[in-house]
Amino acid sequence: MYAQMIKSTGKGVKSLDEMDPEERAFQERINAGGKIEPKDWMPDGYRKTLIRQIGQHAHSEIVGQLPEGNWITRAPTLERKAILLAKVQDEAGHGLYLYCAAETLGVSRDQLTRDLLSGKMKYSSIFNYPTLTWADMGAVGWLVDGAAIMNQVPLQRTSYGPYARAMVRICKEESFHQRQGFDIMMKMANGNEAQRKMAQDALNRFWYPSLMMFGPSDKESVHSAQSMAWKIKMNTNDELRQKFVDQTAPQAAYLGLTIPDEHLEWNEERGSYDFSEPDWEEFFDVLQGNGPCSVDRMEARNKAWDDGRWVREGLLAHAEKKRARKMAAE
Amino acid sequence: MSSPESGSYDATEAAPHGKPRATEWPLWEVFIRGQHGLSHRHVGSLHAADAESAIKNARDVYTRRNEGVSIWVVEAAAIAASSPEEKGPLYEPSNDKVYRHPTFFDIPDDVGAM
Repeated sequence: MYAQMIKSTGKGVKSLDEMDPEERAFQERINAGGKIEPKDWMPDGYRKTLIRQIGQHAHSEIVGQLPEGNWITRAPTLERKAILLAKVQDEAGHGLYLYCAAETLGVSRDQLTRDLLSGKMKYSSIFNYPTLTWADMGAVGWLVDGAAIMNQVPLQRTSYGPYARAMVRICKEESFHQRQGFDIMMKMANGNEAQRKMAQDALNRFWYPSLMMFGPSDKESVHSAQSMAWKIKMNTNDELRQKFVDQTAPQAAYLGLTIPDEHLEWNEERGSYDFSEPDWEEFFDVLQGNGPCSVDRMEARNKAWDDGRWVREGLLAHAEKKRARKMAAE
Repeated sequence: MSSPESGSYDATEAAPHGKPRATEWPLWEVFIRGQHGLSHRHVGSLHAADAESAIKNARDVYTRRNEGVSIWVVEAAAIAASSPEEKGPLYEPSNDKVYRHPTFFDIPDDVGAM
């Protein structure tokens, strides 16, 4: 998931009776499946939590371009290169849709960007892992985008109108991403011995980080309970993780690849797969900024922002000059 | 509020001469007309220094899959919007005019299609 460990008010969910009339009307509208729009009244906590969540989601799309951008110049064929380029461009677009949705809550995109660059805001843990071989492009599309879709599809029904609309656009495009990843995996898994090994190695490295994307179990979390009452979180982390494993295990079997989990087993009674939890200590460590590529990612984003400064300022100055000339001529 | 939906975009920094200069590109709302003759439809917003670059950015951000054949951009600050508080006075008057809907009138089946 592209937004992890989002804190809400931390106070637990109020009952309708405990709410003042304004908040009660707001909650009842959400309970009835209504949408909240930017100019509507909303509790401060709802606004702040959404800014954190949508902002982190947007940052993940932007930082998520880096591990894949790494392979654009080294794609094995011109066609694969064009496809990867289109995919990475989509990620930039997804980031922009989401920043716009966050902006309707009263924060500017530049402010969000500054908070990312200073380390105040986070992005998904998954993008702190390196992409070492071409098969990783397959694994990222298949597993990482696959995990993201699990979360994004239900979010199309989220209570906040602009966020829901951004999700509709994103989901339409995301399915291309996952399928192109699986297509790469099929090619590699059915290739020669070296290619097959590369595909297996990519699955080995991306399996647990993909499971971590959903975040640790939040059955007991007051933050999650509040976010679910507000319908800005639609499922628990465990539900989505289970769904992801159930969907992905047969796909791995189809590829003839082995998921690196000796405890992965179909549970007839539950109608689901049993599986091992990822190493949550590693997850928290990566989230703290100690992932294998954390420093590189932040350096790359900071460099892009600093190097782009003259362009941002130049275009503004040019627009200002044109406006002044037009005024003078009128 | 400088736009119907978004926050303020008046961040500035001191300039050596004259008034402080803006540091953020303004926000534009984007409207796109698809291929099948429907009206332009609001699809989202984006930042750009001027109208010309807003259209170019809109092409890249909102029409990567042939979604449209015509783009309008409007600076968000220039849009006036109704507010949720006015909902009652604005829309309620139409509630009691059900006769505006064709189903209000019972036309016998014998008359044929109408």
